Amino acid sequence: MADGPLLSMIGIEKRFAGIPALAGASLEIRSGEVHALIGQNGAGKSTMIKVLTGYHKRDGGEVLFGGVPFEVNSPHQAQKSGISTIYQEINLVPFRSVTENICLGREARRFGMLDWSAMHAEAERLLEAFGININVRRPLMDFNTATQQMVAIARAIGFSARLVIMDEPTSSLDEGEVAMLFKVIRRLKADGVSVIFVSHKLDELYEVCDRVTIMRDGRTVRTADMDQIDKLELVSAMLGRDLSKVEGHATAFTGATREAGETVFVAQHLAAAQAVQDVSFEVRRGEIVGFAGLLGAGRTETARLVFGMDQARAGTMQVEGGPHVPQRPSDAIAAGMGFVTEDRKHEGIVPELSVAENMSLALLPSISRGGVVSESKQRELAERFIKQLGIKCSGPNQKIRDLSGGNQQKVLLARWLATDPKLLILDEPTRGIDVGAKGEIQRLIRQMADRGLAVLMISSELEEVVEGADRVFVLREGRSVAELDGDGISEERVLGAMAHGHSSETEQVRA
Amino acid sequence: MTETLSGQSPAGRFFDPLDFLARYGTVIALALLLVFNLIFTRNFATLQTLNVNLTQVCTIVIVAVGMTMVIGTGGIDLSVGSIMAISGALAPMIFLGTIVPVGNIYLWVAAAILIAVGAATLLGLFNGWLVAYFRIQPIVATLVLFIAGRGIAQVLTNGNLQVFRVPEFQWIGLGRPLGIPVQVIIMMAIVLLAAWCLRRTVFGRSILATGGNERAAELAGIPVNRVKLAVYAISGFCAGIAGLVVVAINSASDANLVGLGMELDAIAAVAVGGTLLSGGKATIIGTLLGALTIQLVRYTLLANGVPDAAALVVKAAIIVLAVWLQQQGRAR
Repeated sequence: MADGPLLSMIGIEKRFAGIPALAGASLEIRSGEVHALIGQNGAGKSTMIKVLTGYHKRDGGEVLFGGVPFEVNSPHQAQKSGISTIYQEINLVPFRSVTENICLGREARRFGMLDWSAMHAEAERLLEAFGININVRRPLMDFNTATQQMVAIARAIGFSARLVIMDEPTSSLDEGEVAMLFKVIRRLKADGVSVIFVSHKLDELYEVCDRVTIMRDGRTVRTADMDQIDKLELVSAMLGRDLSKVEGHATAFTGATREAGETVFVAQHLAAAQAVQDVSFEVRRGEIVGFAGLLGAGRTETARLVFGMDQARAGTMQVEGGPHVPQRPSDAIAAGMGFVTEDRKHEGIVPELSVAENMSLALLPSISRGGVVSESKQRELAERFIKQLGIKCSGPNQKIRDLSGGNQQKVLLARWLATDPKLLILDEPTRGIDVGAKGEIQRLIRQMADRGLAVLMISSELEEVVEGADRVFVLREGRSVAELDGDGISEERVLGAMAHGHSSETEQVRA
Repeated sequence: MTETLSGQSPAGRFFDPLDFLARYGTVIALALLLVFNLIFTRNFATLQTLNVNLTQVCTIVIVAVGMTMVIGTGGIDLSVGSIMAISGALAPMIFLGTIVPVGNIYLWVAAAILIAVGAATLLGLFNGWLVAYFRIQPIVATLVLFIAGRGIAQVLTNGNLQVFRVPEFQWIGLGRPLGIPVQVIIMMAIVLLAAWCLRRTVFGRSILATGGNERAAELAGIPVNRVKLAVYAISGFCAGIAGLVVVAINSASDANLVGLGMELDAIAAVAVGGTLLSGGKATIIGTLLGALTIQLVRYTLLANGVPDAAALVVKAAIIVLAVWLQQQGRAR
């Protein structure tokens, strides 16, 4: 396979229900290189990989592997043809032995019987190459995540893979384990195997990758050598910001019309699991605090701690000066909080219930008497918010599942506004919503803050954070790395903090 | 991307026969059956026919009410038949003086009813505890008592048939104040109370929210675990009462037979009634109509000379049809 690239994906197109997920994306992988594939949520990375491994059928474009057209119908076929994928959640059989997991699908046979000793020897040989000595007869689940990942990689090598795809392999590993993984990756590279490395941790990319392809909105926006592109350029390309020209107002947000009041919520040095390492921030009455950061920076995870969906391992939280140690969401609600999650379908709407019933869900105790829901109060509440938020529906009794995404989102906003909260957490409040409704929701958020509500807004859309927030905390790999305020909030500074973990201007703003 | 799929349903504005059938199918079926019988079945329009059908359907409806609530949360309760057997075995032991010699018969009958129903409720609570706090799948959790419950009832009675003539107790199965069987009054009371509960109370709303989207309900501060605990307890309570009604009618309690196969009859009534088996949408009145429909089909076939074995096949066909219609209605 001489000098040509090992893999070329050219002009790949893929639509789901008519909506393009890939619109002419390209990817080129050379032999023996480690290639980073990065992009925001929905940029098309995983669709690209699934097209490559035959999980999805492409609608257009061309795939060449080793210089010849590559057509597979399933990940299994792809594996046989030399392309192995190692997923974030390891897709092996946990209760079977390491050997079985490595040899599954290509068992050694002798006289029609499985040749166990040959297979154990093969498994040991493959793992030893990575410097791992374990009892291959033990079930896979006896070992830690990193070792399981090594087993998955060994399995890939066993299939004589020429290309190994690793989808966020480090997200559940600690530092030592990451170092071990990188050693294995370098070994693969030395053996001439190519690796596609999907990750959101920028430092890791620079440590282990040779080249990078950046995707956005289903297209390839840039491919570069790792040492030719700096972090700021990387982040800008991912978010689609051209720093040389500043665009006009892109959102419906306008500046605050009143001064922020007293502090409602304070979090100090929060930590939990891998995703949240050390996050501190505060929110005051009447202000929108924005959480900026790349995917996996720990924004949603931090919000879950505040709302009692997960428990913090370290750090303290305070609501209006009093300690806040929520064990479950109802504790956070009792403390005056609301949370519109990013997953509207699975964590927000109750599809079979009506608009009014969905709205009153968090408010049932106060619109009921002796356990009986007051129909009149519920109706009144629903009519008030339908009018106030401009919710398009046939009436309070329409089922929420029949509403559009934007109107569903408004109902969920109303659910929390009705509880008259002190702090409202919004996670990606305008994701998946059409442009018109998006602007309306942004205006509503501003209005709510102007009336004295403290808002914590997580958004992956840079302009939403920059134009919408009165104060911005930038999170990076589980740490709050920068706080920007008032005029100090600019795309440049937010991007800088996302890329480098600090921004020289930040210090000035703080001082 | 999924958002665009959840837009306004285009079929909503037009008349959709499948959707209509899914919505009102049970009522229409019931009406057709009544008309058919009025024309073809002799002596149909008599008080006796009404009483025969109502008394036969009573226990199924009582159990199915509890089942509707459980299914409303997205669960299922397979143990109701066995709990009926336990309740039906316990009560005679008390009012026959097997445990403590009988004093005032009214006192002993009252104690028998309270203890039997109380035990049934506790067993339901146990089911709920397994489901809510141990996260065991409802079908597996309630299988425990489905299997063990009948065994417990047999151990309690040493496997003996308990025969009795205690009119003070049997009133709940045989009494007829104003010509209405007491069991029908019990059934209607339970149906109306449960229907009101499901539609009007915070508890009812919590059941539907839990079944409709458990994550969302929890995030909205609904005590999901307590709701589950409660519905299984209610299901146990209903099964306990049904067990008493059955033994009161029979003047005997046989741990092998009381409530045998009841779980499936109850689930069938719930399904035909239009409650979503995956949870989140439940109707008690629908369950009542579902049970009546199944009963009337069986009666119609028997009254017109079709053997019971064939009637079972027809019953199965009706259930399949009802569930299919439901799915069609939902797919729109």
